[in-house]
Amino acid sequence: MAPRVGVVQFPGSNCELDALEAVRLLGGDAEILWHGDATVNGVDAVIVPGGFAHGDYLRPGAIARFSPAMTAVAEFAKSGGPVVGICNGFQVLTEAGLLPGALQKNRGLKFLCTTVELRVDSTDSVLTSEASLGDVLRVPINHFEGNYTCSPETLAELQANEQIVLRYVTNPNGSMDDIAGICNVERNVVGLMPHPERAVSDLLGSQDGVPLLRSLLLQAAASA
Amino acid sequence: MLFSVQVEVSLREGVADPQGATIERSLPHLGFDGVKGVRVGKSIRFDLEAADQAAAEAEVADLCQRFLTNPVIEDSVITVTEGASA
Repeated sequence: MAPRVGVVQFPGSNCELDALEAVRLLGGDAEILWHGDATVNGVDAVIVPGGFAHGDYLRPGAIARFSPAMTAVAEFAKSGGPVVGICNGFQVLTEAGLLPGALQKNRGLKFLCTTVELRVDSTDSVLTSEASLGDVLRVPINHFEGNYTCSPETLAELQANEQIVLRYVTNPNGSMDDIAGICNVERNVVGLMPHPERAVSDLLGSQDGVPLLRSLLLQAAASA
Repeated sequence: MLFSVQVEVSLREGVADPQGATIERSLPHLGFDGVKGVRVGKSIRFDLEAADQAAAEAEVADLCQRFLTNPVIEDSVITVTEGASA
């Protein structure tokens, strides 16, 4: 049976359909999880997608983290379920305390919409297990607040535990230690600013998101 | 009792402030010299119903910690005064 992936939809999400499409293209079943429902509907993996949940008012993710769906996602994550936050989803996961640190406005105060190169620095996470260490992937970014920041102590822990799974080859936004994506200590929750779901076909300019999403699908199948 | 609340949110000491840095860099071009240490924050005001001053302050402190600020990068200064805010 194909693994089932739930994609959370908040008011203001705008990458949820891309995520559904990418999962289906890779052979998974995908469904929307409405933010107002306090359940993950028995899915095998969760994607918190990009966009501007609740208009990014106050701070990106600050309001979305109180959604009933996020309570269910937090429980799912605590029980070991694979969870990936992309872009605004990464911001939501940090606000929810499922990942450490915070995402600040980009250095230079520019909204960035371009394709960047990412280096895989750990293959021990639900999003990078099918990639190879040192692989350089071309994946789009599309954000204003992707400048990862945290305390020096937290950064030292991330480095020591190899929780920094993806780094920018050329830092576009001022992110600490070139961080593009991190995982939690248990390695089942990953957040990243780039959009792997927009890099799954040559028609989109790159297929380099495929190994990342395939990793998630394999994890989902394993926990199904 | 009704209390008027003002919360000043600012980035914590040592956290880079891209907005402040951009403003500071642009000031000399506008002829404003000698401005240093620009930091950008936000101000949030509201009225709060609470039993007394201490209860109001405790409530606002909790609200700040859990919602109005992100303690990873932000600090807040809270002012609670008796009476509605005009």
